[in-house]
Amino acid sequence: MKHNNWLGFKENLWQDEINVRDFIQSNYKEYIGDAEFLSGATERTRSLMDKLNSLFKEERKKGGVLDIDTNTVSSLTSYAPGYIDKENEIIVGMQTDSPLKRGVNPFGGIRMARQACEAYGYKLGDNIEKEFLYRTTHNDGVFRAYTEEMRLARRCHVITGLPDAYGRGRIIGDYRRVALYGVDRLIEEKKADKAHLTEGDFTTEQIRLSEELFRQITFLGYLKDMAAMYGFDISRPAANAKEAIQWTYFAYLAAIKEQNGAAMSLGRVSTFFDIYIERDIENGILTEEGAQELIDDFVMKLRIARHLRTPEYNELFGGDPMWITEAVGGMGKDGRTLVTKSSFRILNTLYTLGSSPEPNLTILWSTELPENFKRFCAQVSKDTDSIQYENDDIMRPLHGDDYAIACCVSAMEIGKQMQFFGARCNLAKLLLIAINGGYDTMSGIHIGPQMPVMNGEKLDFDEVMERYKIYIAWMSHLYVNTMNIIHYMHDKYAYEKIQMALHDTNVQRLMAFGIAGLSVVADSLSAIKFANVRPIKDGNGFIIGFDTTGEFPKYGNDDDRVDLIAKDMTHLFITELRKTPAYRNAIHTLSVLTITSNVMYGKHTGATPDGRKDAEPFAPGANPMHNREENGALASLNSVAKLSYDDCRDGISNTFSITPEALGKTEDERITNLVSILDGYFAKKAHHININVLNRETLIKAYEDPEAFPNLTIRVSGYAVNFHKLSREQQREVISRTFHTAI
Amino acid sequence: MSVGALVGRVHSIQSLGTVDGPGVRFVVFMQGCNLRCKCCHNPDTWRLAEGKEYSAEEIVKKALRYKEYFGEKGGITLSGGEPLLQADFAREVFSLCKKERIGTCLDTSGNILNESVKALLEHTDRVLLDLKYTEDALYRENVGCEMGAVLNFLSYLNEKNIPTTLRQVIIPGINDNEKNILKLKEIAKKHTVVDKIELLPFRKICQTKYDEMQIDFPFKDIPEPENKAMDSLNKMLSE
Repeated sequence: MKHNNWLGFKENLWQDEINVRDFIQSNYKEYIGDAEFLSGATERTRSLMDKLNSLFKEERKKGGVLDIDTNTVSSLTSYAPGYIDKENEIIVGMQTDSPLKRGVNPFGGIRMARQACEAYGYKLGDNIEKEFLYRTTHNDGVFRAYTEEMRLARRCHVITGLPDAYGRGRIIGDYRRVALYGVDRLIEEKKADKAHLTEGDFTTEQIRLSEELFRQITFLGYLKDMAAMYGFDISRPAANAKEAIQWTYFAYLAAIKEQNGAAMSLGRVSTFFDIYIERDIENGILTEEGAQELIDDFVMKLRIARHLRTPEYNELFGGDPMWITEAVGGMGKDGRTLVTKSSFRILNTLYTLGSSPEPNLTILWSTELPENFKRFCAQVSKDTDSIQYENDDIMRPLHGDDYAIACCVSAMEIGKQMQFFGARCNLAKLLLIAINGGYDTMSGIHIGPQMPVMNGEKLDFDEVMERYKIYIAWMSHLYVNTMNIIHYMHDKYAYEKIQMALHDTNVQRLMAFGIAGLSVVADSLSAIKFANVRPIKDGNGFIIGFDTTGEFPKYGNDDDRVDLIAKDMTHLFITELRKTPAYRNAIHTLSVLTITSNVMYGKHTGATPDGRKDAEPFAPGANPMHNREENGALASLNSVAKLSYDDCRDGISNTFSITPEALGKTEDERITNLVSILDGYFAKKAHHININVLNRETLIKAYEDPEAFPNLTIRVSGYAVNFHKLSREQQREVISRTFHTAI
Repeated sequence: MSVGALVGRVHSIQSLGTVDGPGVRFVVFMQGCNLRCKCCHNPDTWRLAEGKEYSAEEIVKKALRYKEYFGEKGGITLSGGEPLLQADFAREVFSLCKKERIGTCLDTSGNILNESVKALLEHTDRVLLDLKYTEDALYRENVGCEMGAVLNFLSYLNEKNIPTTLRQVIIPGINDNEKNILKLKEIAKKHTVVDKIELLPFRKICQTKYDEMQIDFPFKDIPEPENKAMDSLNKMLSE
């Protein structure tokens, strides 16, 4: 097949089938030079960004939400077109009819939508309330099917944060398809897939897929309508860079209009855009300044994307994030780097537009990346604290070279794999429940197998492990079953029509489970094994605390005695989870990632044998507990690097804060050393790292005077936030973390 | 004695050092010092009898766990205390490191030069030489040794062609003057192995260590130098 808008592109497989990867591989130009070629912000960009900054200020003043349209259910065509400044925008399209005005999306759960409105002083429109009286939401469906035990597990917070009352997110549509093929071609292909279904037996799965395809096709039609409202015909392929970016953005915009998902990630678009940009530059219709302006305008649109969420939700996922994650860089299977000039251009937005948590720029790091690119990334980290790094060398063999990251650390092949998100299980709390024979002292709930409280003056490691394994097996079964209900209902009542329309019809599904409190468990088990842990009981004979005496190795010091306990725990948990089949034949995966919920998880967990106090926050993700690292930064990194990606295929998050002085004396030294640290960490097969280069004093100042630091961005756990958008409790926790300092 | 079995006394180990030698470094602070500098920021390393014992092999094994981070320039740094007091042990560590292709860097006050030290220097890629003052009188008053010993050490480094960084702590009222900087430059010029001079601002965060040890910090009343002053001295240095 040929199209005039493809003139100048090298022909290959991609013309005959939907295959964006093949298009990229056939046409992109790797770039190994430095950042010298980059342009700054134009006058137009600056003045538009000024407008946004004053809107952000107003939003802050109003307590975090500028405005809500309470009378419209958000969907692709339910709002009139919106603009920041119509004459001066290059890329257009808005979630509602006005910037930062939030839409309402009750399909996840009407209660959540209602509470979110009320939390900011609004009232959900009567028309919506009335309509949803007769509709089943995802949330309704889940609670109809939940068992009593599932409700108890939820109520005592041993599994929490589950997407049973909000949109699951974590699905990345291949938004690039719209630009490359135009919507008509995509509809044609989906219709052909639907026609093919009749060749097989109509099992439950086939019937469901047939209906899903119908809905996908319908929504592709709405996508065209939405673009038409802004004056664009996206039925055909994009003809130039501006259109390629505009078409891709429309597809993404449709997704965030349709779904209020927890993480609405973008994918891997910059090198795709680069092909169009380079073609335009060669044809003399675009300059470097113009190219940067296109990327800047696109990124500005991403920075004003918003979802309406409740305060409880913010406790789990602090800072109002969308996780518009864009994966940048990486290597191709053929050994060429996927770094292009546009990889630099998208990072450059942190200078042209100022630092920002969104989009969540994620570097796919390989030790083979071009040195110039590595150095530019390190410089951007040092200057903005806005980017994160993930190990391309361990993900590429599993996901190929056209995967992206959903949310923080979840890798998936674009358009070919999707994920069922599953929050996390509090393994530290589960340990306490096990020791107490199926009783949670925090909530007073009896749950799980009922046994006697563990006896004796000193906890015995082997006895505790034997007991713990019983509870892990029980929990794993319960956790998978709970997830199966959630995702069955999400498919049924809040199916992601447009995002799944931008996937292959037959996708591979991943079911992502999670762990919270890994470092607390590792140190607690280490204390039981190497020190003396005497349980302290209350009047009813339940263990409510521990008297721990003697030395024990602590996770974060590159000490195998305890680090391998952490590693074994992840292996044990995923092995148990795999024993229960997952909905739609999904593959079980596991993450060690908490977002900001480590504070909340800690709050609901009693004192632990490692010396952590009752209700004290956990460390985030796979981080060692704060200030227990005694051998310096690299020892801490080595401990985390021992966790195996084979067991934790949904990612292992590590947040690393270091003072500028600890990286070296001069700017040049700091960049060189940060590159060495990243190379070393990833050569150790570690998975992920957030880098913050800053002083604790800066955070303390921002804590005391938030208004003075409106744009202070920091990496927290798989994403970045404006520091001022975190709750006070979350801010205090971030300040209390280990900062690696110069010695 | 079997290879690597030599035992040394170590004060502490830092897995990430970026200010004691080029690149990313694994830094071992040796226990024991023969000097009593009034500006010392590690009084807890003075007594040789303290610290923890490690064999050379153990130290190298630990360093190897960080080899991936070292890049082209990094490696191990032996600091202290005064590593020359345990020169045989240090030599063993460095020779094992060289076998593992780990770069070696020695952070020393350079006032001992015996056969053991000479053997150690055979395995040393770079020396960070703490040239504390540029006048013998200041050495005698504030360090407790003669400056001649250090200059002698530097001549030996020059003879052996071992790349050297001269380092000096800038202490207000004592050596924060043009005369000192000019002298430093002159010394550096005479020794072609010196390819870098680093001025380090005097710091007083060590006060807590002195308090814990219940001894007097001789320079407790001297202020830390201002950034501006450091900048102008550094400028003088580069002119």
